[in-house]
Amino acid sequence: MLRLEKRALPSRVAMLVAPFAAVAFTLLVTSLLVAWAGAPVGRAYALLLEGGFGSAFALSETLTRATPLILTGLSAAVAFKARLFNIGAEGQLYLGALAAVAVGGQHGGSGFALATWLLFPLMMAAAAASGALLLLGPALLKSRLGVDEVVTTLLLNFVVLLFVSLMLDGPMKDPTALGWPQSVTLQEALQLGKLVERSRLHSGLLWALVLALLLWAQLRFTTTGLQIRAVGANARASAFAGMPVGWVKVKVALLSGALAGLAGAIEVAGRTGYVTLDMSPGYGYSGIVIAMLAALNPLGVVAAAVFVAGILVGADSMSRAVTVPTYIADVIVSVSLLAMLVAAMLAQYRIVWQRGASRAR
Amino acid sequence: MTPAAAEASAVLSLRGITKRFGSLLANDSISLELGRGEVLALLGENGAGKSTLVSILFGHYVADEGEIEAFGEPLPPGNPKAALAAGIGMVHQHFTLADNLSVLDNVLLGTEPLWQPFSRRADARRRLVETGKRFGLGVAPDALIASLSVGERQRVEILKALFRGARILILDEPTAVLTPQESESLFATLQQLVVEGLSVIFISHKLDEVLRVSRRIAVLRAGRLVATLPAAEADKARLAELMVGRAVAPARRRAATPGEDTCVLQGASVTNGDGRKLLDAVNLELRAGEVVAIAGVSGNGQEALADILCGLRAPDAGRVRLGGRVLPASPQAWIAAGVARIPEDRHAVGVVGDLPLWENAVLERFATPAFATLGVVRRRAAQAHARNLIERYDVRGTGARGVETPTRALSGGNMQKLILGRALMGDPNAAAGPRLIVANQPTWGLDIGAVAYVHQQLLDACAAGAAVLLISEDLDEIFALADRIAVIHHGRLTEARPTAQWTLSAIGLAMTGGMRREASHAAA
Amino acid sequence: MLAESLDLLTTIPFWIAVLRIATPLILGTLGVLLCERAGVLNLGIEGIMVAGAFAGWLTVYQGGGLWLGVAVAAAVGALIGLLHGVLTVTLALSQHVTGLGITLFAASLASYAYRVSFPKVSSPPTIQPFAEMAWLPIPVLDAQTPLTLLALLLVPVIGYLLYRTPLGLAVRMVGENPAAAEGQGLSVARVRIGAIMAGSSLMGVAGAFLTLAAFNAFYFNMVNGRGWVCVALVVFASWRPGKALLGALLFGLFDALQLRLQQSGSGLFGVSVPYQVYLMLPYLLSIVALVLMARRAAYPQALMKPYRKGER
Repeated sequence: MLRLEKRALPSRVAMLVAPFAAVAFTLLVTSLLVAWAGAPVGRAYALLLEGGFGSAFALSETLTRATPLILTGLSAAVAFKARLFNIGAEGQLYLGALAAVAVGGQHGGSGFALATWLLFPLMMAAAAASGALLLLGPALLKSRLGVDEVVTTLLLNFVVLLFVSLMLDGPMKDPTALGWPQSVTLQEALQLGKLVERSRLHSGLLWALVLALLLWAQLRFTTTGLQIRAVGANARASAFAGMPVGWVKVKVALLSGALAGLAGAIEVAGRTGYVTLDMSPGYGYSGIVIAMLAALNPLGVVAAAVFVAGILVGADSMSRAVTVPTYIADVIVSVSLLAMLVAAMLAQYRIVWQRGASRAR
Repeated sequence: MTPAAAEASAVLSLRGITKRFGSLLANDSISLELGRGEVLALLGENGAGKSTLVSILFGHYVADEGEIEAFGEPLPPGNPKAALAAGIGMVHQHFTLADNLSVLDNVLLGTEPLWQPFSRRADARRRLVETGKRFGLGVAPDALIASLSVGERQRVEILKALFRGARILILDEPTAVLTPQESESLFATLQQLVVEGLSVIFISHKLDEVLRVSRRIAVLRAGRLVATLPAAEADKARLAELMVGRAVAPARRRAATPGEDTCVLQGASVTNGDGRKLLDAVNLELRAGEVVAIAGVSGNGQEALADILCGLRAPDAGRVRLGGRVLPASPQAWIAAGVARIPEDRHAVGVVGDLPLWENAVLERFATPAFATLGVVRRRAAQAHARNLIERYDVRGTGARGVETPTRALSGGNMQKLILGRALMGDPNAAAGPRLIVANQPTWGLDIGAVAYVHQQLLDACAAGAAVLLISEDLDEIFALADRIAVIHHGRLTEARPTAQWTLSAIGLAMTGGMRREASHAAA
Repeated sequence: MLAESLDLLTTIPFWIAVLRIATPLILGTLGVLLCERAGVLNLGIEGIMVAGAFAGWLTVYQGGGLWLGVAVAAAVGALIGLLHGVLTVTLALSQHVTGLGITLFAASLASYAYRVSFPKVSSPPTIQPFAEMAWLPIPVLDAQTPLTLLALLLVPVIGYLLYRTPLGLAVRMVGENPAAAEGQGLSVARVRIGAIMAGSSLMGVAGAFLTLAAFNAFYFNMVNGRGWVCVALVVFASWRPGKALLGALLFGLFDALQLRLQQSGSGLFGVSVPYQVYLMLPYLLSIVALVLMARRAAYPQALMKPYRKGER
């Protein structure tokens, strides 16, 4: 029979190798899928790599895609670290985007007549606040009533998307968009500048990197960070030691929701300029995968986000050249997640085979 | 009986059983035999390997080396089903019963083929009641386990094995959770089992019981079988020495010179959500330089009492004062007021296992100015404090990583020393030690060496002026340490009388509420 | 609106719609129920339903019979359930994250397979779905497909299985106290994985209902959150099959109601309401159901706690 034996000290080397092993395994498995689609595996993967990382343009596209992914990844990482399973990042992202446009949009004229240096932070704050408040509900339901936050946050995603659709059909509709459901555009002055000319890469990436660094520093060096880590690892012991567990969980919920809300605002301010119903192809959910790949480490999230973004962008480009559907990207991402979970587990446990456990007559 | 005849009547035979968990050698080439109709005691201190051995016997673990024979037939390893089929039954230390299901369901489980499309419940119910009668273990088949008392649950555990026709019964520390009276009841049951022809393996670390109940005693120490002797030829001193391998000086208690009232509870009551009183008008005075022990079977209100004194909750009625002041129900307030707290469950409540040693060492105080400035943790100060603590309190098991070692890598004893150090060292800037020590089952699951260490630390702190509250289920420990003893039952606390005024049977009586009945009889 | 709703409740077509909407929920909820009774949270349901929908439909499209399609969907569900079981039971990985990973994996794999099989189609190819059971003399049921009958019959069957057979007792025990099951000679891993596979095959059939009965083609996003609703309904049902049926029917009732209100255009209490509000109601309702049942939930005690055999 198979038995899992906990290692006395988790192997640090194994933890570092784990993501790479997971990815390698994934690519091996998905090569079968590529072959099934009738495409030459080697060439397909080469195109994938090229499309994601092979040129300056590819890199800029990848980093553009990575920007919201870093933020949703951070959102998931901080929440999961405190054992708050926030699956609602998708909805929080959209709500944040909507809030940003509500505050900073042109609204058929020139929008709110406030100085940019005032309006911009206000816009970002509104986005962060809406994401935060959206998650606060399910978080409180969990701590007060024991309602599982996985299902509530998931269901809320659907509700929020419908709400956004409602807004886009009505009060926030862009009258000049010829009937296409699209929100009013953001004021020019509020849009984020480009990092690289003639690409879509915008300064939102810098924001994301700074936030990743800040989150890492907070978790490692501050008392709040210690509280978050302690409460996530053992809430009872933390309560006994006198930590305000309920309040810590609220802080985490606000932080996680805010990060996802900011992801939406930054997408609007940097990439699109307005809100549409399909502006996020599942960034919220991908954030969870990214957080797990990074073992909930904020700095690791940056690397994992770039990796996942590269796969997504590369798959798009690959599917244009060979007959491999773009869904391969989601397959790669999900298999990486499962493989990463197994690899991380192997770093903590040893698998032991033992004689015995034959069926008794 | 000649050796040959003894061999012939052996129902169980273990040969060369060896088991390793990583680098720990839990069982070292143990060979043992169980005779027909005999009660064999397996004696050893915590961590000696007793539970491991019987778990191997029952099939929960697979031995690395060795064989087992039951009733002359080899026993397939690692297979509880085979063990059950061979007539071996086990009453686990932590009951393996499902609270939400009935007694009948728990007993019936696994006795019918899985693919059978129906269940013969009426038959089973009848057989269960019959078996109960035969062995003197009354039971209500349709009662939910959640509604049963600890003693009743143990009866169900035993019946589970008997229902399946066990001829060999293993009892793992069965009296750990029983009152003295319930233990008596258990011993009577064991007699009945032997009369009916069963053979029993009785695991314990309590010398009195072992001498009383068993015919032969096998002593384990650090994984090896160090002696097998008839109970008639054994005495407590010899057994203790065999168990520990050396003479152990118990902690020395000096005469108490109690000082002023450090902590006073007046009419404290705690009511839970269902309206049941967890604590009922409790009065207690804890004085500096004195050890007061609370005896009682677990689940009679100790948790609520400990919660109040640890600052986790305030009484719903009545008052608690520390140093004459009423403190808010906040652990931080109580910690700051000089209360050292040792929780009941070191793994689940005492430490955050995933965090490194140094963070656990300052777990109660990392937000105070001693270890943090403007929300940033002062790592160097905290790590220095941790190193200090580890040295002073002899915490072992820090490997190459030192204070960064994840705390769950520590053994139980070392973890408890860490918790002890954290509680007793307290605020590094404070002049005096703690004023009140709340120790909840502080030596549960520890080996004799660690137990003696913890006891000495508590007594030293007491001599330095702290008031000590000891909550324990171990009467030996209570009698060894306490200056005064109070007994808790159904949330009510008896008067805390000096130790000399208590006898074992009086305490046992009080643990079951007998004293109140006695008092009301006297008044009538 | 009240009068109109009451009118609606007495019409046969309304109840036909209720039962039709409820069917995949009954099957899915029973599936989640089996898994959770054994102590495992299976969040892969959304993906398994997509995979079942696709697999069932493909089988029929390739020329197989409708019941063969259902069987294939069940088998696909069981296979994905096996994967889930190995990861969460044998390897004791986090049930939350594994479930989400499996949902993504199963759904994307199904979509990928669909695209590979049908690279360039402007409108999804269709099949001939299950016919209504016109031969049944019972009103409302005679307008349903045999899969609905199957779902309704499964409720008492699973109830009997859980409460009156040794296998059901084993499943329940494994979800309450796995150590107790181990102590009685059962293999916790085998019982749990078996329960997950059985539950997942029901989820697969729930998905197949969408392509083989409710609609006749495979669309992306056709499951649209029904799997998550089932997870909520299990809590509402306190893990009992009878209440699961009730919950699914109630949900179907409200969903059919909001569809009618949308179509009739008379609005909520006379006020014209955007259609999105109607679409939101089912999800909001599920959250409300969860909140209402939260306090009273009689959880299987070992739910979501991984059982590591022989761990010190």
